[in-house]
Amino acid sequence: MSILVFLEHHGSELQKGSLGVLAKAASLGDADAVIVGGGVSALAAEAGKYGAKKVHVADDGSLDPPLPQPRVDVIAKVVADGGYDTVLFANSVLAADIAAGLAARLDAGLNWDLVDLTSDFVGKRPALQDSVLVDVGWKSTPRVGLFRAGSFDADPKARSAGGEPQVESVGVELEEHSRAAKVVDQQLEEATGPSIEDAEIVVGGGRGLGAAENFSLAEDLARALGGAVGATRAVVDAGWYPYSAQIGQTGKMVSPKLYVALGISGAIQHKVGIQSSNVIVAINKDPNAPIFEFSDLGVVGDVHEIVPKLTELLKQRKGS
Amino acid sequence: MKIAVCVKHVPEGHARIDPGSKRLDRSGEGALNHFDANAVEEALRLKGDGDGEVVVVSMGPEKAADSLRKALAMGADRAVLVSDPAAAGSDLIATSKVLAGALEREQADLVLFGQQAEDADGAVLWAAVAERLRRPVVSQAAEMVVSDGGVRVKRQTEFGYDVIEAPLPAVVAVSDAINEPRYPSLKGIMGAKKKPFEMLTLADVGVDVADAGEAGSKTEVLALGEPPSRGEARKIEGDANAAQAIVDFLAEKRLI
Repeated sequence: MSILVFLEHHGSELQKGSLGVLAKAASLGDADAVIVGGGVSALAAEAGKYGAKKVHVADDGSLDPPLPQPRVDVIAKVVADGGYDTVLFANSVLAADIAAGLAARLDAGLNWDLVDLTSDFVGKRPALQDSVLVDVGWKSTPRVGLFRAGSFDADPKARSAGGEPQVESVGVELEEHSRAAKVVDQQLEEATGPSIEDAEIVVGGGRGLGAAENFSLAEDLARALGGAVGATRAVVDAGWYPYSAQIGQTGKMVSPKLYVALGISGAIQHKVGIQSSNVIVAINKDPNAPIFEFSDLGVVGDVHEIVPKLTELLKQRKGS
Repeated sequence: MKIAVCVKHVPEGHARIDPGSKRLDRSGEGALNHFDANAVEEALRLKGDGDGEVVVVSMGPEKAADSLRKALAMGADRAVLVSDPAAAGSDLIATSKVLAGALEREQADLVLFGQQAEDADGAVLWAAVAERLRRPVVSQAAEMVVSDGGVRVKRQTEFGYDVIEAPLPAVVAVSDAINEPRYPSLKGIMGAKKKPFEMLTLADVGVDVADAGEAGSKTEVLALGEPPSRGEARKIEGDANAAQAIVDFLAEKRLI
């Protein structure tokens, strides 16, 4: 049994979600990793800390743009040469496209939206708005699995089997259709302040805040809690808050210890981004808002009245 | 330009999984997956007043014809439904094979998908179909322009936007932020009944029955269970003490 994990990077950093999947895979058996990009060789050592025995590195300038199809070519070759029976991914815009392309290339089964995996390869997948937990399996190998963001802890200290991984370089001739798409421009919106993906506490603001300037309520509360500020797509689309703070399907996936939702209705698009949070507290004036269905504490009330008081109480508490 | 749009007929209202077959219960009323309406809308916008053609393609039970008719009512020109009892229970890999077969017959310049299926939350099918067709694929398209035999897409990612260019023929999955789908007009609904509608079998699209349905699926549902409870959810009505109640709750959870 051998597992290969795709490690996604952005800039010079491996993504936390994919390292979490690697750590999980290493706990199930022998796990190797694959990193694809331009100038990524230096990232291989990092993978060892999360349990990778061997790291396949495809380092080439032509692989630098974040496109899925060249990565399918690389991973398909690594799977064929290494005889891997399982390939795992942490969900992202890029990883989802690689996983599905790879499944078609290898004629392999793909289970997605997994939150866990057992040692005998039964995947756990919440379905129908998380009202049911489905056990899913693969009828053949190789198996391809795509995990929901934040499914596993990526803390290297929690793993004992850290070491110097064996690094193997991969050279690949790309398929014609994999070379067709080109990234001609990138507009990266780097977040300022604490990253919502790494923050232990996130305060999210939605339309219920009423106006762009009322995001100060969320910012003040986040400061008092020592957390970061996120936003729903609706308010980002409305120009109230920068895209880098967007949480949800087309934004970032967060998995903090505490998520505080201010004036957020809880549309499915937003829910998928916050569902890995340990504790969710929601304040919304609409008692029927869907957010209350998956909140640990739901407060029906006006954010403009409650939040300033809450921030004040937290500050007093810290001060005492 | 010929544009094919892949659409899905999804159960309406509260979906449930049939405990016997462990499949999604598709016996009730269904509707066009609303994310696919964005793809239909984008195809109609790209076609504009030009002499192109928009063909909607689906795989599903016969009832899926309702969703294709809605797409025709919105303005699509023609519909193709692969409906074969042997295709029931197809997983991603089997579905991608059937759709690719139907699309090979069409030879469209552009194949569009919506960003996810409402029922199964799948958001990956386009990449599998594109791989089978050996065409470039771009997903999460927040804006797109077609010109000079190519497509230019603004793709939304976790980190911002990538602008991607690909030559046609290509496969693009659109984000639901790309447009506001139109509602079919009464004239559109009446006209839809007269538009060409093809019902196909697996054999028609060149797929062996062993490669579709449960036989052709590489994944399986083993069991259905209760999701882990979030613990006891508490709900309080906001009053003068709401802020204090939140502080107490956070302290109890050791979050502050």
